[in-house]
Amino acid sequence: MFFVKRILFLVPLLLVISSLSFALLRLAPGGPFDHDRAPASPEVERLLRARYHLDEPVWQQYGRWLNDALHGDFGLSLKYRNHTVTDIIRQGLPVSLSLGLLAFGFAVGVGIPVGFFTAVRRGEWVDWGGSFLVLLSICVPGFVIGPLLAMIFALKLHWLPPALWGAPLQAVLPMVTLGLYFAGRVARLMREGMTQTLQSEFIRTARAKGLSEFAVLTRHAFRLAVMPVVSYSGPMLADLLTGSFVVESIFQIPGIGVFIVDSSRSRDYPLVIGLVLLYAVLLLVMNLVVDLAYGLLDPRVKYD
Amino acid sequence: MPVLLNALGKLPGAFSFLPLAAVLALAMLVAGCRPEPPADLTVINGPDPGSLDPLLVTGIEELRAVLPLFEGLTRPDPATGRALPGLAERWEISPDGRHYTFHLRTNAAWSTGGPITSADLVYSWRRILEPTNACQYVNLMYPLHGAEAYAAGQLKDFAQVGVRAPDAHTVEATLDNPCPWFLDLCAFQTLSVVPRAAIERDGDQWIMRHPPFSGAYELEYWRISDRVRLRRNERYWDAANTRSRIVDLLVMSSPATALNLYEDHQVDVILDKPLVPTELLPVLAKTPDYHTFPMLGSYFVRINVTRPPLNDPRVRRALALTVDKPRLTQRIAPTCEPADHIVPGATANYLRGEGQHRDPELARRLLAEAGFPGGKGFPKLSYLADSSGGGGGRMNERVAVELQDTWRRELGIEIEIRSLEKKVAIVAQRTLDYDLSRSSWIGDYNDPSTFLDLFTKANGNNRTGWSHPEYERLMRKAAGEADLGKRALMLRDAETLLVRDEAPIIPLWFESGFTLNSPTRVEGMFGNVLDVHPLNAIRRIPSPATK
Repeated sequence: MFFVKRILFLVPLLLVISSLSFALLRLAPGGPFDHDRAPASPEVERLLRARYHLDEPVWQQYGRWLNDALHGDFGLSLKYRNHTVTDIIRQGLPVSLSLGLLAFGFAVGVGIPVGFFTAVRRGEWVDWGGSFLVLLSICVPGFVIGPLLAMIFALKLHWLPPALWGAPLQAVLPMVTLGLYFAGRVARLMREGMTQTLQSEFIRTARAKGLSEFAVLTRHAFRLAVMPVVSYSGPMLADLLTGSFVVESIFQIPGIGVFIVDSSRSRDYPLVIGLVLLYAVLLLVMNLVVDLAYGLLDPRVKYD
Repeated sequence: MPVLLNALGKLPGAFSFLPLAAVLALAMLVAGCRPEPPADLTVINGPDPGSLDPLLVTGIEELRAVLPLFEGLTRPDPATGRALPGLAERWEISPDGRHYTFHLRTNAAWSTGGPITSADLVYSWRRILEPTNACQYVNLMYPLHGAEAYAAGQLKDFAQVGVRAPDAHTVEATLDNPCPWFLDLCAFQTLSVVPRAAIERDGDQWIMRHPPFSGAYELEYWRISDRVRLRRNERYWDAANTRSRIVDLLVMSSPATALNLYEDHQVDVILDKPLVPTELLPVLAKTPDYHTFPMLGSYFVRINVTRPPLNDPRVRRALALTVDKPRLTQRIAPTCEPADHIVPGATANYLRGEGQHRDPELARRLLAEAGFPGGKGFPKLSYLADSSGGGGGRMNERVAVELQDTWRRELGIEIEIRSLEKKVAIVAQRTLDYDLSRSSWIGDYNDPSTFLDLFTKANGNNRTGWSHPEYERLMRKAAGEADLGKRALMLRDAETLLVRDEAPIIPLWFESGFTLNSPTRVEGMFGNVLDVHPLNAIRRIPSPATK
């Protein structure tokens, strides 16, 4: 019942999001057809605007868009005038999804063990070293890491291709660049969770009952310690799956991340709205999935 | 390690989605990687083309991608950029320069088969002029008799427009005035021949539905923000001289990435200066791969003459006369040539007159005459510098800082820099909501009028509020003049009036063309003033090992 309500709640939320972004976009000066070079004549400009219904009042444009959208048509892109918004998303989303999933796997696969061990070996050199690296991965931004990795592994060592998308090897550098920051976040959450859990009563009880340290750590502590990571993984996954402007530009990856920035720069109204909605849906769905996972992991959480 | 493995093995249920996610990601990756044959030639072309339809393209990266796909009556010479026979194998021009008769090749064919006829050409030109198509480059067609009236919807009968097809292989064009660049114009991408049946069948998305092509290449696929892949059109009349079979035009947004790929030998050619890091230009200039050449482009400052005190020509001249253009160019655009004129020296049919010089003494005198001795009482002006992305944005701001410093030092006046996002800046410029504004212009064809027409009263790209009866008269007279010598004199006088006497603009430098390609790896690359590089002439030189 809880989840049905949540899903039903999506509908008004998406309506609000779409109408808000529609209005905000129109507030920005300049339109899709304002280039350095003026259209050949005012008449040409008028016809151009009329062709894409930009001459109508905003509420009417929104109504038209909404009606089309409900029929599954998100319109023609105003920058890529031979492509529909759906086409562009269909081309770019799988790429961003696979890169995002890879980066997610990397973030969790690296972050959880690092956080786990730095917590267990608290105060030892493993902890200091690990925490330092974690801090570094959070502080150094992708636009520094990416070119650095490309320089070392592509230009100097020639192990990996420097950019582009299509072969499995080409995915390695972007995956690491995109995932590193999140790996750091995950490691910190895991370390904090683990540290706190290890100090709690039930762990003392478990130890007192004579369970092996291994069993205490894995069977009892881990389950609870991983909760912050689980709740973080929802927004993280949504963030990763919708692509990253920085990583996609550095490695020239044909995902949708670049469009999120470029489409608003070029005032490509239909594409911006399409992407905003996509991001909103992904975020909401991911949060829903996290709530589901909570129910499974923590016996104290119950939904009616 | 065993601890870790065990721990992972005993992960709670919800985490079993992890391996699943990994498998899914790999599967998608593999599915996304259809094995493709490598290209015979890989070129970094720049930003994403918005379209590949000759009617819609306006950006340089779009025009470059369209050139190999569709051909017009003429096509550009790879070395000089001037018009060579294209779909027309020969032509006659009447003595008054107003009537052209083109004879189409009998072996001109679409990539899908079937002859290209004069009716295809008339359709293609009509499509540009059709008012509802709102072609942004329609003004290129205006030399054609009746074209402007038809495009504006005033003339309804297309038969009265100056293009006819008396038979399947002849096209007759009638112009209002002699037009020395008309043959070059026929090679321009907008005027190329497009397939009527496919366009009428597939509408907005025809280019993506495997239409017939009239050029040296056909479109294999176009993946947005990745690449445009071209395959040699075997039915092209000159296919024997198309030197590369598969060509990739890569989309690239980061200059550093472009250079990485080039250094890693994954691409053969980088076109365009914004595609290599500006800071590295001096280093690259020392390599044999670096090629630079004059082209038809100007970087200049627009002055809004509707705002006092800029409505006073003496004030505008004072601003212009103090700028040290050689120094500024050397510091910010070292490959370019400092400009005292708006028309680049390499332009055809061009005679150079007196331009703007540097004379700070005269500048101070003019400013004093205008009522601001030593800059006293001069209002604070703003300088609009758009951030047109990446290196370009920083360059615009660096120019602004240099000018700010010059004018403070030489004239005692203060300028405030106003940095705006590109689209916002364009609107500010169009609506004359600025004092001084960074500008540039790339010529559409090889003639001074592509620059000088900008500052006529009615031109939408004037954007200075400036107009002058003598300038209008000279430009009108030049347009009707058949004698190229006399015409050049009139245009010279017009330019002198514009830059020396009235100064609604301050030219700073002439743009230079740039390509990065190794002379030992690639052949068929040339520099020319139009900055066109027809792909059919270019090929990668096979390395001895793979020969």
